[in-house]
Amino acid sequence: MSQNKKWIPVVAEGEAPLIQPVDLDAFRDHNRQKSKALIDKVMTDEEAIEKFVKDGDYIGFELYGTVRCPMSLTRALVRSGKKDFRIVGQGVHELDLLFAADMVREIDFTYIGLEVYGISGNMRRRVEDGSVKRIVEWSNAALTWRFKAASMGIPFIPTRSMLGTDTFHKSSAIAIECPFTGEKVALLPALIVDTGFIHVHRADKHGNCQIDGISGFAFEMSRACKNLVISAEEIVDTSEIRKHPDKTIIPYYLVDAVVHAPYASWPGEMSGKHERDEPHYKMYVEKQKTQEGMDAYMKEWVYDLPDHKALLDKVGKKRFQELTLKED
Amino acid sequence: MTQQYSPSELLICLASRVMEDGTTAFIGTGIPMLAASLAQAMHAPNLVPVFEFGGTGAILEKLPLAVGDMRTYNKGIAASGICDIMETSQRGFIEFGFLGGAQIDKYGNLNSTVIGDHAHPKVRLPGSGGGNDVGSACWRTIAIMIHDKRRFMEKIDFVTTPGFLSGPGAREEAGLPRNTGPYRVVTNLCTLGYDDETKRMTLLSLNPGVTVDDVIENTGFELLMAEEIIQNDPPTDKELKILREEVDPDGLYRK
Repeated sequence: MSQNKKWIPVVAEGEAPLIQPVDLDAFRDHNRQKSKALIDKVMTDEEAIEKFVKDGDYIGFELYGTVRCPMSLTRALVRSGKKDFRIVGQGVHELDLLFAADMVREIDFTYIGLEVYGISGNMRRRVEDGSVKRIVEWSNAALTWRFKAASMGIPFIPTRSMLGTDTFHKSSAIAIECPFTGEKVALLPALIVDTGFIHVHRADKHGNCQIDGISGFAFEMSRACKNLVISAEEIVDTSEIRKHPDKTIIPYYLVDAVVHAPYASWPGEMSGKHERDEPHYKMYVEKQKTQEGMDAYMKEWVYDLPDHKALLDKVGKKRFQELTLKED
Repeated sequence: MTQQYSPSELLICLASRVMEDGTTAFIGTGIPMLAASLAQAMHAPNLVPVFEFGGTGAILEKLPLAVGDMRTYNKGIAASGICDIMETSQRGFIEFGFLGGAQIDKYGNLNSTVIGDHAHPKVRLPGSGGGNDVGSACWRTIAIMIHDKRRFMEKIDFVTTPGFLSGPGAREEAGLPRNTGPYRVVTNLCTLGYDDETKRMTLLSLNPGVTVDDVIENTGFELLMAEEIIQNDPPTDKELKILREEVDPDGLYRK
């Protein structure tokens, strides 16, 4: 070892074991065998869940609050009866349904709540009764940067968040003295998701995806998934994608399944297309306060509906038209 | 003759007055959104609100209901994503950050993770979200709190978001960016700041009708007192008119 090299001192360690260990070469091997051909990947919500999700998987959803939620895939996942998931918790509405159905065992947790409407009753019940076996804490930026590390194909990323807090102590991060500056930095391990779900404005049948407006963490998470299932408001011809290639945030080779699911974010909103269904959401907020209320909601709005088309029919064209934004 | 106003309306007006024109503010859900909107209409037309999921520079004509909804980039300057916003903050571009929590201590550390023990919580709260990142990297953070002894505690159950941690020098010692940290706490009773030397929470000014004793009685740790404790002006007619007619016409925060 040359004289310039020195040991890098670890100054603090989060006490939680990694819920999803990092194996970059396995990720590369997986990515190598994914088809690079422009094949047709269109299927139903149910087919995508059957094909790309199994019990115990580490799964993730990309969305913010009730915005651009892949709810048709979430409902299909709940109906599938698959279970014991490890999840990345940067969600709201979709995770609520998974908690209600008791499908979650371990969480990389950042924020799970109902924003202005307060604490999620479903999350509280499952955490406080011990159904969720392990919670590891992170910040929003930390989880997104963990996806970014995976998307870069590197094992960790140094940051200046989380330092000095219990959020750090209850995480799997490590703090070191930077070998270049001597300053303390938190190292966040890369996060590779077994199967991820993202709802987009438009996709072609190969999985080239475009999102309008803010894009949350879609760019980073889409590149950090072994399997990626897309639902889209519209399935468009590839020539439409090619007209605005600058808008393509997820290229086809990342994608394994494409589901046509208009209004999939309902009762949440879809940026630029339709607003949140506030009366329905307020009703939901009341229902989720008790187990009985939530059970009734799940029966009516998830279990009793065989697929997304049944949900669209139940809500009705008229209601969707009312929610759709008018051109200014 | 000053009009009647609700506790939330007072909090919104006080938080709005803290916001300066021509700078950046990291805005969270709820009262900070209304405060930023009011500030834009009153004294800070060039306030640039920044929302964590990618909205920069929105004109807040309609009240956002969530930090990722489309109103967070209404007529905005840029619509990007969470990495861009968080990295902009980590690079030192965001002046103010707004925070909330279930508990706060004398050094401005905030808990929004858990009441009771982490492994077996009495109440599991929503978690850090962007709170820890805002508290780590924004230059000056402002907490908005309901003021009572259950919330202003000597020892909080969990440090979700860093204030001054264990006191002077502790942020730098932990590796957080230098010269950052808590700046104000705006409550339904008063406005608090922090002593330069000890980094301890200090009473600066009182809301209308509130006494120093009221504040002390509702605080679970010893507060420092500014040399001169001044009175916060009640919401003006103009503030209330804009708040009720433009910022929150649906009256979501009128109670």
